[in-house]
Amino acid sequence: MSFEPKIVGFLCNWCSYTGADLAGTARIKYSPNLRSIRVMCSGRIEPTFILKALYEGADGVLIAGCHPGDCHYQEGNYKALRRHRMLRMILPGFGIEPERVRLEWVAASEGERFATIVDEFTEEIRSLGPLKVRDSLEMVLSEDVILNLDTAMEEGGDANEA
Amino acid sequence: MAVRIGVYICHCGTNIAGKVDIAKVVEFAKGLENVSLVKDYKFMCSDPGQALLQKDVEDGLIDRVVVASCSPLMHENTFRKATERGGLNPYLFTMANIREQCSWVHIDSGQTTDKAKDLIAAAVRRAFLLEPLTKREVPINPRTVVIGGGIAGIQAALDLAEAGKKVVLVEREPSIGGHMSKFDKTFPTLDCSACILTPRMVSVGQHANIELMTYSEVEEVSGFVGNFNIRVRKKARYVDSELCNGCGACWEKCPGTRVPRKGNVHEKLSLGPTTPIYMPFMQAVPAIPVIDTETCLYFKDDKHACGLCAKECERGAIDYEMKDEIVEFEVGNIIIATGFQTFDPSVIKRYGYGEIENVMTALEFEIMNCASGSTGGKILKADGGVPGSIGIIHCVGSRDKHYHDYCSRVCCMYSLKYSHLIKEKTDAEVYEFYIDMRCFGKGYEEFYDRLLTEDVRFVRGKVAEVTDVPTCKAEEGKLIVKVEDTLIGNVRRIPLDMVILSTGLEGHATLREIAKKCSVSVGQDGFLIEKHPKLGPVSTATDGVFIAGACQSPKDIPDTVAQASAASSAVLSMITREKIEIESATAEVDEDKCSGCKLCNTLCPYLAVKFDEEKGVSVVNQALCKGCGTCVAGCPSGAISAKHFEDRQIFAEIEGIFSGL
Ligand SMILES: Cc1cc2nc3c(=O)[nH]c(=O)nc-3n(C[C@H](O)[C@H](O)[C@H](O)COP(=O)(O)OP(=O)(O)OC[C@H]3O[C@@H](n4cnc5c(N)ncnc54)[C@H](O)[C@@H]3O)c2cc1C
Ligand code: FES
Repeated sequence: MSFEPKIVGFLCNWCSYTGADLAGTARIKYSPNLRSIRVMCSGRIEPTFILKALYEGADGVLIAGCHPGDCHYQEGNYKALRRHRMLRMILPGFGIEPERVRLEWVAASEGERFATIVDEFTEEIRSLGPLKVRDSLEMVLSEDVILNLDTAMEEGGDANEA
Repeated sequence: MAVRIGVYICHCGTNIAGKVDIAKVVEFAKGLENVSLVKDYKFMCSDPGQALLQKDVEDGLIDRVVVASCSPLMHENTFRKATERGGLNPYLFTMANIREQCSWVHIDSGQTTDKAKDLIAAAVRRAFLLEPLTKREVPINPRTVVIGGGIAGIQAALDLAEAGKKVVLVEREPSIGGHMSKFDKTFPTLDCSACILTPRMVSVGQHANIELMTYSEVEEVSGFVGNFNIRVRKKARYVDSELCNGCGACWEKCPGTRVPRKGNVHEKLSLGPTTPIYMPFMQAVPAIPVIDTETCLYFKDDKHACGLCAKECERGAIDYEMKDEIVEFEVGNIIIATGFQTFDPSVIKRYGYGEIENVMTALEFEIMNCASGSTGGKILKADGGVPGSIGIIHCVGSRDKHYHDYCSRVCCMYSLKYSHLIKEKTDAEVYEFYIDMRCFGKGYEEFYDRLLTEDVRFVRGKVAEVTDVPTCKAEEGKLIVKVEDTLIGNVRRIPLDMVILSTGLEGHATLREIAKKCSVSVGQDGFLIEKHPKLGPVSTATDGVFIAGACQSPKDIPDTVAQASAASSAVLSMITREKIEIESATAEVDEDKCSGCKLCNTLCPYLAVKFDEEKGVSVVNQALCKGCGTCVAGCPSGAISAKHFEDRQIFAEIEGIFSGL
């Protein structure tokens, strides 16, 4: 069977998640490899989220925020851009191709663009092949990040009362 | 006590069930850790659907709720409320979007089913770590700002003022009125535009509840629903509005001119008043002139020799030293009603606009035809002669892949209006060059029928070219319209005296600026995006910001007015509540972990994070925080958490996505 990449998306609520929804409303078809997580703003996305996704099994990570100047919170996307550049610099150190993490701007009206990006990115990751060196990430991710939920569950019962 | 999660899977008729194997997904969800019950239902958002989860919560069967259905942007609130009615904190609910981002966008139902499983597993894991949040309520300031004083803004402001609410109406131009103030007659009833508009403009000017700020622009909007802070720049008019009584002595005597005139009738058209101190039009509200400093002789000359208007003004209202004024005020809601601009046809070179005489835009024709316009309402050629034949070209800039894809909705109708008015005033032969006739409104088709009997020539086809190069004697000195007449299947050349381009409507060049200030998005078509195309036509993604009129899409006056009233009633319903619940998902600093580096203080776009000198830690002002999470991601000590979007909640979602592997 051919390699089906797993891609995690982090989408900002206001533009990109809405844009992705619009692709749905317009019934635009795109590749099913993406699973998205909604955050309020691309500025919320921490490098650890991306590393955690790669560690857990993602072959690629897509970050999408509002176009520069359009961030619902004024400038969160600029912060996202800076963090993205930094992360891309350190990824090769773990043997991970920086192309596996992509940052895109998707407006609320750009359903079609969103679908195209997902298709293109899926193809790019497909050609890169599966990510093999996940273990190298153990060095940077602290134990509670790696064992996030398992720890919480082991603590027994309601994590919040624990 | 262990966490018990209830998972509800929606079929959404066949919208989800048609592509996702519900039975398989139910089986899968049952196997997930901490899930104590799984149910599926045809329409979860229906009353019985909501009751299903509400009852399970009431019966104490579950203490976390996951609904897998449409997008949270669609129904998060619905299910949060149902969760709350059941007696659980609404933030102990989360959603998996298996419609917009799953069943609707993929072809293979096996893959859609797999994806739905992953998304549900992610939501279940997230649910495990959700925490109850306390509701936050803020009072709603009963005052509203309406931005833009066209018919939309006028209607909205009057509605609110009549209901006894305070309104500030901010208009960029020296007078309110917008496009409608430029028209003579309005389709389809042909009632006189000024007759229906002027009384409303006057009411706005006089209403005790309306504060009118003309020649003013919104510079900054801050705050949030119920509590916006607006900063407006009132541009200097150089005429004191308290003293001026609009008598006209100043502009009548003004020796300057705003435009070098060549004597060509049409060159005066779109320019309106020609003196540097001018009243925008006779019915202007407020009836106070403005000085255009670019052309005013007093301002252009270092020695300020002119000063004639000041001498002429008996009331001493002219004030050359006047400065722009900045005003700040607070409002609870915002209505954007900034209207449209018309398409500039000079980019379509083959139509010759701006190159060939007697090719004019619809708006120019509208101004010429208006009794208060520069020809006194006479329809004249550039040389002052009466045209013997006129062609009207439809869809200029609209329904055209190169310019705007959309239909501008009013051009067919105003073109018909022109045919009628031309026939009324002249003996000219009239041609309408159309693609299709779109006469959808009340009384519109009837108006078209009427025109069919008024001896107007309708030619179906897109005009290829307008030229003044003749190929035979009959074409000399004429404008020649080259068109494929698709009803007879022939290319025709029709010689005419005048051509009117029915230019489409487009979003204002400056719409983006105001949209950005109010946190509203502009769509690909260049108009503002409403909250929902069908069910939320006047609200926006930002609470407390509403839109009305042609800034949302091309619209005729009836639709504009309907939308304006809808926006004002939406605002009234906000004001009547007095309080509104706002997002509880804000950021919070863990004082024990904060190292006091102050990095977050600079990251926050709302200055909500401040340093507490006494404690030596940063503190988030909950009233100002909007919950973007930028400070959270930036904190090097991991001391700030984003409620409802905590690190561990997001990690759990990531783990969930891969738990099925
Ligand atoms: C040639 C032509 C003929 C037409 N004829 C008819 C007709 O016969 N019948 C009919 O039903 N419809 C007609 N229409 C449509 C009609 O013009 C619109 O429906 C109507 O004007 C829309 O009103 P509005 O208030 O939304 O926008 P506008 O009339 O454009 O008013 C918007 C106002 O907002 C102001 N503004 C813009 N930006 C800002 C800002 N940033 N800050 C403050 N103020 C701002 C503008 O100065 C303007 O005063 C015609 C349109 C055209 C182009
Ligand atoms: S809200 Fe979209 S990037 Fe900030």
